[in-house]
Amino acid sequence: MANNIAKVWEDLTSNKYRRRKALQKIIIHVLIVLAVLVLMIPLLWAIIASTQTPGQIYQYPPRLLPGRAFVRNFSIAWSRYNVGRGMLNSFIIAGIVSVVKIILALTSAMALVYYEFPIKPWIFFFILLTLLMPVPVRIVPLFDIVNDLGWANSYWALTVPFFASATGTFLFRQHFMSIPTSIAEAARVDGIGPVRFLLQILTPMSKNTIGAFVVITFVYVWNQYLWPMLIITTRSRQVVQLSMQQLTTSGPEQIVDWGVAMAGALTALIPPLIIFFLLQEQFMKGFALSDEK
Amino acid sequence: MSHQFKSKIMPWLFLMPTLIVLVLFLYYPMYATVETSLHQTAFMGARRLYVGFENFQRLLSSRSFWHSFRISMFFSFLVVGLTMPIAFLLSILANQKIKGGKYFRTAMIWPYALSPAIAGTIWLFIFNPTIGILNFVLGELFGIRPDWVSSRQFAFIMVTLTAVWKQLGYNIVFFLAGLQNVPGQMLEAATIDGANPIQKYVKIVIPIMSPTIFFLFTMNLIYAFFTTFGMINVMTQGGPIDATNILIYNLYRDAFQYDNLGMGAAQSLILFGIVTILMIVQFKLGGRRVHYGQ
Repeated sequence: MANNIAKVWEDLTSNKYRRRKALQKIIIHVLIVLAVLVLMIPLLWAIIASTQTPGQIYQYPPRLLPGRAFVRNFSIAWSRYNVGRGMLNSFIIAGIVSVVKIILALTSAMALVYYEFPIKPWIFFFILLTLLMPVPVRIVPLFDIVNDLGWANSYWALTVPFFASATGTFLFRQHFMSIPTSIAEAARVDGIGPVRFLLQILTPMSKNTIGAFVVITFVYVWNQYLWPMLIITTRSRQVVQLSMQQLTTSGPEQIVDWGVAMAGALTALIPPLIIFFLLQEQFMKGFALSDEK
Repeated sequence: MSHQFKSKIMPWLFLMPTLIVLVLFLYYPMYATVETSLHQTAFMGARRLYVGFENFQRLLSSRSFWHSFRISMFFSFLVVGLTMPIAFLLSILANQKIKGGKYFRTAMIWPYALSPAIAGTIWLFIFNPTIGILNFVLGELFGIRPDWVSSRQFAFIMVTLTAVWKQLGYNIVFFLAGLQNVPGQMLEAATIDGANPIQKYVKIVIPIMSPTIFFLFTMNLIYAFFTTFGMINVMTQGGPIDATNILIYNLYRDAFQYDNLGMGAAQSLILFGIVTILMIVQFKLGGRRVHYGQ
């Protein structure tokens, strides 16, 4: 650090060109730090508030130091606002959807790349067209259909309708098309069947795409709000996102307990954040690859 | 020998689960949306009357619908128009080769994993008119303490800023991936030819990145139209006095709070129409500029 500063200082006091370079560097650093602050301060502030008692939160001027109510706030959020149970529910549905969605994306892309059949372009188009149909544009009948199937208020409602997507098929199709055809030819010469080819050759070669897709799917399912809000009516089966509304409206005596609210929000943020950071590299690579073609 | 397997049944077996899900939960509901929009339901759905385009006529002549429409367009325009330039500048910064760049990047993209509802919760606390840190800072510095909760204008600004802030991470992720595809030699050549940094970005980087830019435009639009529902539900519930009642929120109220399924379905179709038109326009414009760039 001291070395760096010394070097920058030396540059600043030397010739014009080096001075300009050094100034540029300083400006870039200052801007980056500012940007990071804007994006991080809300999170840091939420972390501090999650440790404070209601008295400390309502203090004026605001107290910038952590308090000692960390355990209190998290345990109230966990039990009274359904965060604990909601986390479990969210985990189960995000896990199930991620796994099944990958399998269906792999198999459908396999059919589109490694087989020839009539109307293939139409099938691909048929799948792609669903990009125009996000949940809200079909929510009224979807609600009825899921009710008619007897799935209301169950994990079925939160998982099965999300098992297939255009994004998955598209991503894996792009990726398969970038794999040299000689690999598939060699596999066929060796007499490897399609299922073994998919499981033992394609899947290991798709690590980055799978990683990227897990991130997209897990984050998407974990963060869903409107659909679970409508279709789940029993508190014990509700996902964690829906705890947010309770946390910000119904405190005792109608005063929001902001420490508890921040504790609940932070808890619900942790799982998708962990998935995102664990798979960050695959995520970036998975997209860089699909961008090329 | 070809790289493809030969079988008439296998490809269909591989496709079947995907197609079943798409037909049952995407295509069929889409069709049923059209059907429902032409009907009026009464007595909790017990009776259904064919009414033709009456739902659409009622919507298009309703002042509250047009209010919601305007709010929605303005909101989406602001979210897309603010998020993309800011995120682009931030990703250029994050893409600089500096020490600790990896950590800076991480600190900028983490909100990708954040849900709109959680972002709404955290910012509702920050924006709180009496105990929020923002009004403390504004009050100390400028002597103003806006009422973010009960003023219509300020509530709209609050939701817009939260929506933009939450979406920056997502945009930076994809801009960074796009920036890595820009060939370094091209920029060096431009530098030798005497191009300044701004010229380099406008003439070289942006055209090369236009696929990323158009992808993000679409995703941001869908985000502003639909995904922000959770944020609005937590922060304002569409209020105060409908100031943040964007189309998806109006749809939710009509269909599920007032049990007017026909009106809800009609609004779904209008949303579908808007998104489809914007995407087509985007593809048309996008296609032209990509060629121009190359």
